[in-house]
Amino acid sequence: MTQPRILEVRTRILKKNDELAREMRREFESLGLLVVNMVSSPGTGKTAFLKETLSRLLARGIPAAAVVGDVETDNDARRLAASGAPVRQIMTHGLCHLEAEMVRAHLADWNLADFHYLFIENVGNLVCPTSWDLGESVRLALLSVTEGEDKPLKYPGLFNTADIAAITKIDLAEACEFDRETARANIDAVRPGMQVLETSVKTGAGIEEWLAYLATRRAMLNP
Amino acid sequence: MHELSIAMNVVELARGHSRLHGDGRISAVTLRIGRLSCVHEDSLRYSFELVTEGTPLAGARLRIIEVPIRIWCPTCEAERELPGIQRLACPECGHLSGEIRAGRELDLESIELAPETTP
Repeated sequence: MTQPRILEVRTRILKKNDELAREMRREFESLGLLVVNMVSSPGTGKTAFLKETLSRLLARGIPAAAVVGDVETDNDARRLAASGAPVRQIMTHGLCHLEAEMVRAHLADWNLADFHYLFIENVGNLVCPTSWDLGESVRLALLSVTEGEDKPLKYPGLFNTADIAAITKIDLAEACEFDRETARANIDAVRPGMQVLETSVKTGAGIEEWLAYLATRRAMLNP
Repeated sequence: MHELSIAMNVVELARGHSRLHGDGRISAVTLRIGRLSCVHEDSLRYSFELVTEGTPLAGARLRIIEVPIRIWCPTCEAERELPGIQRLACPECGHLSGEIRAGRELDLESIELAPETTP
């Protein structure tokens, strides 16, 4: 009687996505394009944060564009278009995260060399986007003061893959009894040493610091 | 439910490998899943059952090896396994370390090819 055969394959399950993302990152970086993947739960204020970012960049004559992922509706793309930047909506129709192929398909007829920055606003979800590389150079995790200081401990996987974190709606910190030091310590516990920005699109807090971070990261691309 | 996408990728990969070896039935699949990878085991099992239906993997056993997080502690100069996932601190000295050596795996480890049935 024949025995079953075990094949040791040792392959990354998301190999196809990883390989495509790597190829995309190489292309983006060679064009001097800094791509940012923005992840957070729904309601953190990703769209407002992005709109403020795009408006300030454009006001300085720095070309930037965005693609925005949502399960349904193109409301976010319409909100963002008010900034004057080119914006594309990716509707995932039920899928809880973006994958590299979806991003690539939506960039097809843009001349990427025209932009300095491309922002990808991921689907609002703190679990599913974690494992999907979208070819970004920077992953930004956002956390609003209304969500509580322990979010990073509840979703360590996502915070752990981020390069930088932004606490949003910091102007509401007092009203929400949000403890900044605890929040920072929690982020540090799951991603030791990561830079954390305290931001508010209402007061403008932290936004210049964020733009300075972007400029530094873009300067590191060396196209 | 990103587990559905993961399960679909597993099926595609496993079939790709089995095609090189006679394209028969696959009777088991072993995955290595790191604790930081955000995969829910029950959802993955459910998705796997769903997407293998009508494929050479139908009815295949799904083995999942959970991989704990291991960090490099620069103070102790040693690799340490962590009991949880919420604090990347050395369990011996408490030093926080972002140098992750294991725990992010999302790998197809092996597939088991069923013996060919004799006529």
